[in-house]
Parts: sequence; C-alpha cells; structure tokens
Amino acid sequence: MLRTPFYGKMLAAGAKMVEFTGYELPIQFESTGIIAEHKAVREKAGLFDVSHMGEIYLCGRDAFATIQNLITNDITTLKDGAARYTLLPNEDGGVVDDILVYRIHAEEYLLVVNAANTAKDAAWIEARLLGDTEFENASPATAQLALQGPLAIEIVKRFIPAADIPEKGYTFKTLSLNGEQLILSRTGYTGEDGFEFYSSNEFAEPLFELLMEHGKPLGMLPAGLGARDTLRLEAGMPLYGHEMNEETLCHELGLDFTIKMGKESFIGKKALLEKPPQYQRLGFKMVERGIARENCAVFDGERQIGHVTSGTHSPTLGQAIGMVRVEKDFNASTVWVEVRNRKLKAEIVPLPFYKKNK
Amino acid sequence: MSKIKFLKSHEWYNPESNTVGISDFAQRELGDIVFVELPQVGESVEAGEAFGNVESVKAVSEIYSPVSGTIIEINEELESAPELINQDANAAWMIKVEVSAVSEELISAEEYDALTKK
Repeated sequence: MLRTPFYGKMLAAGAKMVEFTGYELPIQFESTGIIAEHKAVREKAGLFDVSHMGEIYLCGRDAFATIQNLITNDITTLKDGAARYTLLPNEDGGVVDDILVYRIHAEEYLLVVNAANTAKDAAWIEARLLGDTEFENASPATAQLALQGPLAIEIVKRFIPAADIPEKGYTFKTLSLNGEQLILSRTGYTGEDGFEFYSSNEFAEPLFELLMEHGKPLGMLPAGLGARDTLRLEAGMPLYGHEMNEETLCHELGLDFTIKMGKESFIGKKALLEKPPQYQRLGFKMVERGIARENCAVFDGERQIGHVTSGTHSPTLGQAIGMVRVEKDFNASTVWVEVRNRKLKAEIVPLPFYKKNK
Repeated sequence: MSKIKFLKSHEWYNPESNTVGISDFAQRELGDIVFVELPQVGESVEAGEAFGNVESVKAVSEIYSPVSGTIIEINEELESAPELINQDANAAWMIKVEVSAVSEELISAEEYDALTKK
C-alpha cells in the first residue's frame, strides 16, 4: 500500500488510517472524529491530505486543442491562472472522470484527476494527444493539501504574501515559498472557501508544519476522508465511482454547466447528441428515521426508479441526506428508499443541501 | 469484580440489570454514532443473533444479542440522542431482556479487555 508524504505527520496528529485507492489515508482523527472535523471546516478550517489525487501536465502548442477534444467544457475563455471543472467523456458519452483543468499559460496546463482514476486517465489522455503536446504524469512527485473553511484565508495570510494569494474562486498562483515552488489554488471539495496546495514531496512536511503552526491557533483541525465525504455531499458535489461512472451519460448528472454542446467537436459529443438522458441526479432528505446508504433501491410508489448513489448523516443539518440516480421523467416530490428491507419515506430536495454564507 | 460479560462482537450484558449495550471499544471504533435502530418491547431476541443496528456517520453495524429472551424495555432516549453511546457506552443500555438463556460465547471483562488491546 502506498503512503503519501504526509503519512508520518498525519499519524502523529492521531490519524486513523484506512486504505483508499491504494493509499493509506486518514479517515478521521482520534481526538476529534468526523462530526467535529466536519464542523471545524464549516465554522473555522480543516486540513486534508489529498496527495492521492492525480496531476497530469499537458504542454506544447497543441495542448489546448488536445484538452478541448478531451473535455465537455470549453477552455477558450479560460485565462492564465484560472481553473475550470469539467467532465472527461468517453466515446459513448459516459464519464471517464471529472477533473479540474488549470491553465498555467497558453501552452501549459495541469489536469487534476481523481485518485482512483489516475492510471486510467493517464492512459486515456496519453493515447489522445494531438500534434505538439507533451504529456507528464506528475502524480507520484506531487504532494497536495487542502485547507478548507471560512478561516482558510486568514491562515494563508499569516505566512503567504497577499500578492501570492489567489483572490477569486477557481483561480491559482504559482509562487515561491522558502525557496520551493508551489501552486496555490482557491479550490476545494467542501462547499467552503479554501485553498489547495500542490508542492513537491520534499516540501510536504515543512508545508504541513507551516499550516499547522498558523492554523491551530485559529481552530483549524486536521481532517480525514470521512469529513471530506460528508462535506462534499452537503455541498451537492458528485463523487466519481458513486454518482457517475463510465456508464453514466454526462448529461444525466445535472452538470450541464460543464457541457458545451456548442463546441465544435469533442470526444463523446456525437453520442450525447444521439442519446437522450435516461436518468437524473437528485438530492433527498429522509423523512422517516433511517439513513439511506449507497445502492439502496429507490421507489416511486411500488415501482423501482433507481438507487441511492451516496447517503449519509448530514452533520450540519442533523438529518439523513443523500443523492439518487432515478429515471429522467420522475418528477414527484416523494420517494421511498429501501433500507434493510423496509421502505422509508424521503423527500426530494434541491441541491446543494448546504450553501455557504456569502 | 465486574459481573458484566461481553461478546467478541463487542456487546456487553449486565446480568444484574439484564441490560444489553455495546462496548466502549466498539463506540470508539465506530466513531460518531448518529442513528440507533432498536426492536420493540415484546419482541424476542436470540443469543448470537442481530437485534438492531447502530450507524455511525460512515457505516452501519449490526448489534448481536448476548442473551435469549423477551424484550421488556428499550432505551428510547437513544433514538433521539444516539451520541449518548459515544459519551458513555457502558451506561447507554439498549434493551432490557427477560432472559431465558445466556450465550455460551460470553467472556469476562478481563478477557474482553485483553482481546481488544491486541
């Protein structure tokens, strides 16, 4: 099993480790737990080891064209120092992955991909390079930390000069800190303001120490995968392997803002034009007592119309929530979810479940 | 000293009060408990068989009965305040049973401690 460069530091901070996509990563911390870590991120800040994420660089005169062909979104309007969320479709209109594209400059891009998909994506992308495009899978050499929460900005300000801090969401800066080059990006997967740091493995421990030193006095907690999952679920964010996979059509996800059918051509465009969506992604809250988990069957009256793709207890709302994949034409406000052979009532609600105060 | 017995599946049984709960070790392993599903008064339980569920944020676990018999009381407080199990697992009893038989798999508190300290 692989270990990230933060393994020792996280263990010393009391991490309970689990295997996740081949890495030993903290699920939660002994002295806190998922709910306390979740609340820290909503109210103050949390620090996550996300080094398992994959980083792929595409450079060269045709890197832009290569990416345009690979993604559903359109990066024509993407500026230097900005990032964009997109789906990576397959030829059938299914989802290879959901990723972030960072434009470093016109001929250099960073793609951040899901940990479980890094090898698959790397092979998929490398086989589809156009013209003058250089490919580099920098995942093994890259450490990544996510600092998330309303106080993240205050923590970052304590050791990074204002000029090096990206101001807006989905922007980033390349900066030098203690002689080390970093990418600091105003992104995350929690529904809060926050930052993601990309550094060399060698700089991982010093960076972690800096963040702990400046974050702890403000109430920042190290946080694990458990809180990461409840946070992203409350924020209505899909997770690859749960809300989507190779068989899920890109336009069945409620992510149409990432699909630019007006773009001249891209992989999967033809399939998406030909195939109408069969399913939709919806949010639900449990009405009856119980927690619906992934794969629970979902019924409209007597008829099964789909299944739960993610389900948990929401620490912010104090109730059970989740997402379902159900037939496209379903439009009632109540469903029945089968939990341990009992059908429990749930209410369809708009996503996200939680929106930060702005 | 302690009369409390345990199952290796991490439930405790107090023969003085005829109550059943889950161990402190179990609550620590589970993490934040957010949901408890208990049977109803009058239902019967079988030693070694599941009678309910506890759910933490991340997972659901079955609770096995250390005894056979009829349920005479359930701790309804846990349904609205499942976190009481995290706060004091030994006090947070789940069911009270009119016991007809106890499991042969029960071990002493000392044996259980030795088992969970490994």
